[in-house]
Amino acid sequence: MKRRKFLQSSVAGGALVVAAGSGLLKPSIAAAERSNETAFAATEADEAVKTLFGGMQAEDSGDITIKAPKQAENGAVVPIKVETSLAADTIAIVAEKNPFPLTTAVHLNGAKGFYSTRIKMGQTSNVVAYVKSGDKLYKASQTIKVTVGGCGG
Amino acid sequence: MAERLTKVKVKKLGDKHQVLVLINHPMETGQRKDKKTGEKIPAHFIETITFELNGNKVAEASLGSGVSKNPLTGVELDGAKPGDTIKVSWTDNKGESGGTEATVK
Repeated sequence: MKRRKFLQSSVAGGALVVAAGSGLLKPSIAAAERSNETAFAATEADEAVKTLFGGMQAEDSGDITIKAPKQAENGAVVPIKVETSLAADTIAIVAEKNPFPLTTAVHLNGAKGFYSTRIKMGQTSNVVAYVKSGDKLYKASQTIKVTVGGCGG
Repeated sequence: MAERLTKVKVKKLGDKHQVLVLINHPMETGQRKDKKTGEKIPAHFIETITFELNGNKVAEASLGSGVSKNPLTGVELDGAKPGDTIKVSWTDNKGESGGTEATVK
């Protein structure tokens, strides 16, 4: 029984350490050649979106569907599907409370408005799907509850 | 370093095709620590995945370290015909790369 308690608390403690550490870490990872590198290295969701889409304002849209679990048991693998009827140029998935909120983006050139992926989530957070269509930016969001974070080891 | 397995599955869904790519990759964030040494495990993650249909780039995914390990990435294409070639290639932040091809059935 004691051992079990210890395990539980150490897991919880570990998650906290990771969350606390992430805020202090400078995104110094190499490979700055990528054009969208700064967006991926941003530690604030707003900053990431601003960098990726050049400061465009996003409006809410009912034409974007996010298919994701409401509650993710394992934050290390959270399946996300984004579908839109808009003529999408770019689809980006942002987990607002992740250390680096921009998880992934896809640039579409002939493919349909669809993107599916699996992301890591450190904690319960709003996940926002941004869709750039022409010179407009749209978004839709869903809150995903995470019981076990995916950032620790 | 072991060859990283890349698998592509093309599924027909009505009049469109779904292309699913599974890549064997650790997707290290650079934030995790080695439990034994206490040293940070360096970041190692896929940065781009390109999808080509008959040689035309139709989609390019950019990934950050926030994507799960062994990423499963999917896009949908309309206008793919049986016999068309779908080529998928990827590169990571350490310069490793890989890819594979599949034929639309």
